[in-house]
Amino acid sequence: MRTIILKSASSYLLPVLLLFSVFILLRGHYLPGGGFVGGLVASIAFVLDSFSNGLDKTKSVLKIHPGFLMPFGLAIAFLSGISPILFSDLPLMTGIWAEDPIPVIGAIGSALFFDLGVYLVVIGASLTIIFTISESV
Amino acid sequence: MLGAVLLGFLFSLFLVFAGSYFRGKLAVLSSLVPLSLFIYFLTFLPEIADGKVIYENYEWIPSFGVNLSFTLDGLALLFALMITGVGSLVFLYTSAYLKDHKYLDRFYGYLSMFMAAMLGLVLSDNIMSLFIFWELTSISSFYLIGFNNDKADSRKSALTALGITGIGGLLLLGGAVLLGEVAGTYRISEMVMMRDVITDSSHYLLILLLIFGAAFTKSAQFPFHFWLPGAMKAPTPVSTYLHSATMVKAGVYLLFRMTPILNGDEIWHTILIVVGAVTMVYSAIHIIFRTDLKGILAYSTISALGILVFLIGIGTQAALVAAAVFIVVHALYKASLFLITGIIDHETGTRDVTQLSGLRKVLLPVAIAGFIAALISGGVPPTLGFVGKDLIYEATLHFKDAAIFLTVLAILTKILLFYGGFVAGVKPFMGKLPQKFEKLHLPSPLMWMPPLIMTLAGIVFGIFPGLIETAFAKPIAMTQVIEFEEFHLKLWHGFNSVLGLSAITITLGAILYFTLKPKHNLENAIAKLDKIAPKDLTLKLSEGFAEFSRLWTNFFQTGYLRHYISTIVLFLILLLGYLIFSDFSLSIDYSSLTELTVYEISILLMLLMGVLYTVFTKSRLAAVAALGVVGLSFSLLFLFYSAPDLAMTQFSVDTLTVILFVLVLYKLPKYLKLSDTGVRIKHGVLSISFGILITLLILKVLNEPKNTEISEFYAENAYTLAHGKNIVNVILVDFRGIDTMIEISVLIVAALGVFGLLKLRLKTRDKK
Repeated sequence: MRTIILKSASSYLLPVLLLFSVFILLRGHYLPGGGFVGGLVASIAFVLDSFSNGLDKTKSVLKIHPGFLMPFGLAIAFLSGISPILFSDLPLMTGIWAEDPIPVIGAIGSALFFDLGVYLVVIGASLTIIFTISESV
Repeated sequence: MLGAVLLGFLFSLFLVFAGSYFRGKLAVLSSLVPLSLFIYFLTFLPEIADGKVIYENYEWIPSFGVNLSFTLDGLALLFALMITGVGSLVFLYTSAYLKDHKYLDRFYGYLSMFMAAMLGLVLSDNIMSLFIFWELTSISSFYLIGFNNDKADSRKSALTALGITGIGGLLLLGGAVLLGEVAGTYRISEMVMMRDVITDSSHYLLILLLIFGAAFTKSAQFPFHFWLPGAMKAPTPVSTYLHSATMVKAGVYLLFRMTPILNGDEIWHTILIVVGAVTMVYSAIHIIFRTDLKGILAYSTISALGILVFLIGIGTQAALVAAAVFIVVHALYKASLFLITGIIDHETGTRDVTQLSGLRKVLLPVAIAGFIAALISGGVPPTLGFVGKDLIYEATLHFKDAAIFLTVLAILTKILLFYGGFVAGVKPFMGKLPQKFEKLHLPSPLMWMPPLIMTLAGIVFGIFPGLIETAFAKPIAMTQVIEFEEFHLKLWHGFNSVLGLSAITITLGAILYFTLKPKHNLENAIAKLDKIAPKDLTLKLSEGFAEFSRLWTNFFQTGYLRHYISTIVLFLILLLGYLIFSDFSLSIDYSSLTELTVYEISILLMLLMGVLYTVFTKSRLAAVAALGVVGLSFSLLFLFYSAPDLAMTQFSVDTLTVILFVLVLYKLPKYLKLSDTGVRIKHGVLSISFGILITLLILKVLNEPKNTEISEFYAENAYTLAHGKNIVNVILVDFRGIDTMIEISVLIVAALGVFGLLKLRLKTRDKK
């Protein structure tokens, strides 16, 4: 499937799709989107890249094995979950929010970090599954 | 009291870390644990003797009525003192018996865990905590029986014992729950007051059978007795402690505890008397055929347990007092005999009674202990055994029906027990000392002192039976008997019929001992009957069950994904089909439905074509692509019905699924006949009927009134509570965030599973 058209297109598509996935992640709290879909879009971006440039190339772009994103994401989600207990003496999973929104990103709160954790776990898990299978067949 | 129960557990936990210090000379120090507990419980003696009952309550799971409530009355104190008292001696004995054993610390760990569980069992006032401690005793006994885990025999015996007592535990749980529901309380002391409610309830018989099942398995009653002789594979201290003095009496304890609650109907008496009598006579007769010292003791223990069950079945005050006294008697002489057997085994290396003789010349203190133990066991005055035996005859003679028959059975059992006690306690020490044993010398006092102490206690209690009376017999009679009458324990009752029966028993027992010698050919003769013994029948049953489960598993676990899916779908079809057609009324309100629009129709057509193409194409890749079309059409549908989040997710997931399929299928041959027509028709019928059922189900759901309460709550509070306007996302990351957390964990597990499965296989393939 290594055609020249797909190859040149994917080198532009990868960064655009990744940016798009972050955009979806960030807008999730107000508009359709969120960590899960964002993560899926990001992993589709990498899969597309691996189709056109080969798996080894994509892996070298990623630098680390996608599997490592999973514990990292889970830790972020967990920490954001217990942050109300640690910082504000509130029950588990209570949302805490910064007073003023930050430009570009918008309102910052524990829910955003939780979503970020979901985003990373989804990328990690789906890429691990797909890469492992494509290496094995 | 909580501390007293936990001490054993804490000590065994402590041994996990500090065990290496307790393997050598310090091992003897571990007996301080049961000894301190023994002294602690002794301090309660005056209060209990006054007829007081001490309660302590710690909340554990109050919402289920499961609490750690402890009670100390005469019965509990009797068992607690027996557990800690015999425990102290066994702990001492072990330090010499298993001296320098590699895993001595481990042994002590199991032993103190068992002791703590046993204490918890007898002190529990809550039937649920009683059940938990009951199970803990089974589990710790499993480790103790299988202590020599390098021997296949030990492992098998441990498993048998765990199996039988485990079934009993399950029955106890059933009985406990039922009892708690009927009585409205899980506290045993409160159940006593609900006695009439329980005995009149329609579940009474079931409760009775469940509790009996638990007690009979634990206390090795016929036909569940066979695990006990097998359990003798354990090191002698275990046989002494668990299988004669304490654990096997847990079932008797349970029956004792339940006497004031369940003892209402004729059936209680009938079952207990019959089972107890069969057990005591059956296993007493078995004694004659045994030549292994431990085998003799095992069967005489079962017989003694039978006597106890039998007495509880009689249930009069005299019988219960007799049972309480006999518990003490039995603990004293049987534990001593076991310890003595252990010494003989340890020194001579054999337990075969036909080879042992004349050991008194080398092991004199042991011989004295053995002789006294035999006297107690035979009920010869002035030992406590005599008092106990008289009480038993007293109880049977005054039972309302069949007094003569029951008395004859009791006498027969007692004669055989007399014989068993003398064969185990006296015979090895009498006669001529064989040459090979001349070099033996007396072991450490740590080994021969414990049996001597216990047997001497048997004589002291025999001469002063008032000690037992005030300490245990009266408090027990006061709490366990409904109409308490004053009584006194005496060694000498004057000349009466009971004394005559005693004399007959002792004379016949002595005649039996001097005429009948244990022989191997007798043992071989009875082995021929093993085929119809409960043990072999049970083993066959369990083998049959294993075979059945193997067939069952092979039938369902074919390893083909399509079979699994067919089974699941078929099951759902049957279940849903039954549900829908047993109560089906469908009325569709056509007026509420909107007109179909053009784009809806076109999406439906796309869907349909995708499905048909998937089914009929011959190319795998084409089928996958067509399946993708189906998925994408669905996400379009979601979009039209204003669920953009769902549509996005469906879209991405479908893309990834198609990619996955392509990755796998790309390498397979392109065109192939995948299945024959018959299979296709079968699958087609399954799929179509499943589809129809699901459609009917959805239409049915539409009929139900809509419950919008929850979605309204989310819509109202999404922004105020969670700063979000997208309700779906707010639910995911905030309202039900913990669900999401668990879901992403599941995702990780799935990914790791795929990674592990495939990478592991790659590696083994590389090796080849």
